[in-house]
Amino acid sequence: MKKIIASMAAIFALVAALGFSLPALAADAPSTPSASAVASAPSASASASAAATAAAPTAAAEAPAPTPNKADTAWIMVCTILVILMSLPGIALFYGGLVRSKNMLSVLMQSFSIFALIIVLWCIYGYSLAFTEGNSFIGGFDRLFLNGIFDSAKASFSTAATFSKGVVLPEYVYVVFQGAFAAITCCLIIGSFAERIKFSALMVFVILWFTFSYLPMAHMVWFWTGPDAITSAATLEIETAKAGLLFQKGALDFAGGTVVHINAAIAGLIGSYFVGKRVGLGKDSMAPHSLTMTMIGAALLWVGWFGFNAGSALEANDTAALAFVNTLLATAAATCSWVIGEWFIKKHPSMLGGASGAVAGLVAVTPACGFIGPMGALIIGLLAGLVCLWGVTGLKKLLGADDSLDVFGVHGVGGIMGALLTGVFAAPSLGGQGIFDYVINKMSTDPYSIASQVWVQFQAVIICAIWSAVVSIIAYKLIDMVIGLRVSEDEEREGLDITTHGESAYKL
Amino acid sequence: MKMITAIIKPFKLDEVREALAGVGVNGVTVTEVKGFGRQKGHTELYRGAEYVVDFLPKTKIEAAVDDAIVERTIEAIVSAARTGKIGDGKIFVSELQEVVRIRTGETGSEAL
Repeated sequence: MKKIIASMAAIFALVAALGFSLPALAADAPSTPSASAVASAPSASASASAAATAAAPTAAAEAPAPTPNKADTAWIMVCTILVILMSLPGIALFYGGLVRSKNMLSVLMQSFSIFALIIVLWCIYGYSLAFTEGNSFIGGFDRLFLNGIFDSAKASFSTAATFSKGVVLPEYVYVVFQGAFAAITCCLIIGSFAERIKFSALMVFVILWFTFSYLPMAHMVWFWTGPDAITSAATLEIETAKAGLLFQKGALDFAGGTVVHINAAIAGLIGSYFVGKRVGLGKDSMAPHSLTMTMIGAALLWVGWFGFNAGSALEANDTAALAFVNTLLATAAATCSWVIGEWFIKKHPSMLGGASGAVAGLVAVTPACGFIGPMGALIIGLLAGLVCLWGVTGLKKLLGADDSLDVFGVHGVGGIMGALLTGVFAAPSLGGQGIFDYVINKMSTDPYSIASQVWVQFQAVIICAIWSAVVSIIAYKLIDMVIGLRVSEDEEREGLDITTHGESAYKL
Repeated sequence: MKMITAIIKPFKLDEVREALAGVGVNGVTVTEVKGFGRQKGHTELYRGAEYVVDFLPKTKIEAAVDDAIVERTIEAIVSAARTGKIGDGKIFVSELQEVVRIRTGETGSEAL
């Protein structure tokens, strides 16, 4: 327990160091009045408004409700498939290649099962709790069992808001798009305690963590009632008050730096403390069994990530194109910087370094991709490769946990860095998009303050990290008491493939 | 009759096979093996973790030969497998009591 507290302190010290050093650069202190924070509601932050869509039939009596554009609909369905490709088989192969061959199937099976389980939970209650109106922490039960999306009396489907007034998506498309996000987030965690976790314990953990950490975070960061009702300062205030906590604060998270990466990385890191180190760590060779698989997985992640990032624009438009080029460029930059850094320090440009660098760049640019310019993405990418290289070497030693596949070193460090730098490079003076003002329906004319935006980003990081940590600690503790977190030492030595799943990956 | 067992560098296998055919060795058994000798292993680095690989891949060749060609066989293997660098391998020669060709039941030198 002492170790956990010590390492949590180390993490927060890191976050604080990163967070405070940036606003200090700007002259004005972070003292944005709350009113202006509200007025600068971010242009992105994905969300569907159940409230807006529920209200749509009434509005239809006066004016015809907007109908979904077929290009947008097709694009977001393709993006959803790409995000699914990131989990099945992207992350499964990326992680699978990194474990020893006796645990290959366990990692594949954990990803596969978590994906399926989360999609089921998502459609039963997850979507409703994340993306309907409730309080600023969690949504309500309006869409329980996806109820109310199809109106059988009128034979019509409801729509979900996008980031443009009068532009909507079929709500079912929004449900599956966001469902794929929830699933991959839960799949990310398994890398931290791969090769020793008990399968049943993992499934119970995922249910608890998804319910009490993912859903509230998604609601806090992404839920708003959509732009259509915002016409004046007064309506802006009313609509913003219905949104999630961090959305209200004006935190920028385009595609999930906090909700997905920091959230999952903290859960993973805490897990690696609770589950404990692998038997034989430091003595036995735990070298990856197939970097070929890891390269295939990383490549699938890179390709799938265009659905994740560009799709988060929710439309086939300029913002999607911006997110697309930023995702491509930052990832390429991070791959270069990681490989070059490693070549200098460790004497070899390794394939694992290339694959890890790509993932680091993808993670770091995720919160920023729709807000920053391409040169901002280039800098974020170059930094991500080097900082995450430190994350999996120097920082890993400091933390002292056996985070087997470096979930925290890559997703946590990259996610925190990306979230904070989003506040910097979203500045119009640095080629960013600034803040969209829905009252005037164009970019805000208020001067953009890097310091106050980074401060807001920092708060979002801290809230996300603490929330995920508290939920994770309680969940792991509970599961450890009831069913136990890890397999027996004999089973671990023989490998999870045979002992847990009764099969082996390779018959050569 | 002698059993000749040679441990060689894997990429030398084809040259050794040709050399053996040249001196009249009619058959060999080849196995991929791992081991260590004077040649040290190497280290592999995966992100922050460093692993020392002690056992290096080698190829083992076993050939049963008639006493008349033992010397030539050994010379053929040595000249074909030698690179002059550490790790070229070794040849072990041992007495062979009996050989039986399963198909015909022939024994001794005739079965080779």
